[in-house]
Amino acid sequence: MDTTKSEILKILNEVMDPEVPVLSIIDLGILRKVEIENDLVEVFVTPTYSGCPAMDAIKTNIQKTLLQHGYKNFRLTTILSPAWTTDWMSEKGKEKLKAFGIAPPMPRQHICKPELFHEGEAIQCPLCNSYNTRMISQFGSTACKALYQCNDCHEPFDYFKCH
Amino acid sequence: MKKKPGPHISKTSKKEKQDFLENYTLHMADDALILGHRNSEWTGHGPILEQDIAISNIALDLIGQARNFYQYAADIINKKRDGKKKIDEDILAYHRDVWDFKNCLLAEQPNGDWARTILRQFFFSLYQFYLYEQLQYSKDSTIAAISEKAIREVSYHVKWSGEWVIRLGDGTEESHQRMLNAMDDLVKFTGELFREVNYEQEAFNKKTGANLSELKPKWEQKVNIILKEATLPILADRKWDLYGGKEGKHTEHLGYILAEMQFLQRAYPGCEW
Repeated sequence: MDTTKSEILKILNEVMDPEVPVLSIIDLGILRKVEIENDLVEVFVTPTYSGCPAMDAIKTNIQKTLLQHGYKNFRLTTILSPAWTTDWMSEKGKEKLKAFGIAPPMPRQHICKPELFHEGEAIQCPLCNSYNTRMISQFGSTACKALYQCNDCHEPFDYFKCH
Repeated sequence: MKKKPGPHISKTSKKEKQDFLENYTLHMADDALILGHRNSEWTGHGPILEQDIAISNIALDLIGQARNFYQYAADIINKKRDGKKKIDEDILAYHRDVWDFKNCLLAEQPNGDWARTILRQFFFSLYQFYLYEQLQYSKDSTIAAISEKAIREVSYHVKWSGEWVIRLGDGTEESHQRMLNAMDDLVKFTGELFREVNYEQEAFNKKTGANLSELKPKWEQKVNIILKEATLPILADRKWDLYGGKEGKHTEHLGYILAEMQFLQRAYPGCEW
């Protein structure tokens, strides 16, 4: 079997985030690179949050997907550095997030300030597009998301925190 | 070797010098695991839903950091144990006993009320923030990588807990009193964070570890800014602190924590899903 990087990338684009099943690991920037040497396929991934429980599921799914496509000679390597950042999320990924009902992350340098009670830029409601929203909690349904509410349509929504 | 009393620490032995990296890594793993476990005790019992979720997520972040450090510690230990059975992160987390754990005493203190919990988090997360800020530049690339990731999560912990300190301190008469009680209970454990033990000294000498004496004034300054805004008394000079955790000398709380946390893995060694 003639293995090329683009083939592997196409296959790995089928591996979805278990929490947000519209996003692939490539959209998220979790898949860092693929290297092929003498028929050994090496897949490099980087975890999002240190404690993200979805990472184990994602790693299992990568292995399962490769096996399903007939690849038996592969190695999955986790690299911690450079640290994953939401800036690696593709524009396509951000659009998919919004369509799914989750507000996509803002660019890191604009909003990620540690000052207490710092409100920062307004997050747009993914449902009615209003900017008149407020944060309810810095931690939402998962560690990577914050809980917001729209003051116009009154719907709650998750915001994928910039990281 | 008889240890001298007071702040002076005994001379680092040859074995201590050899084992410094393993001990330094385990210390940071244990800190994160024990505090993560304490925070997880709030899951399902938080004062309101959003805060229950918040503290559970913080626990998760901490346990994730612990995993990263334990995995690295396991690698270090396995390299020294050729031929012997390999250990992993689970063995380190679940099969070591109280005297092996190197977490600081602050992490193992009971949750108490919400005021006590968020104050403990604020003291500890701010320390972790400055610690990881330095360790990003560690000569040890794994410690640097773990710290680079962890500092972003810890920034949110500092923000969350700092805001709570101000809300409760500058809140009602009751919340203010509860914060004063929390300070009475916890401040004496903060000194240990900056009290260097032998493996920390060795790690710093090898450009792997942090400079705790540089951390301390930064931490104190920021704590006092927040305490002032919370209308709470700022930290005064203390003549003594409670310490010993980093060297395996713990308060009685750790025994109970481990009994609960490790029960399953000790009852069914090698268990799997």
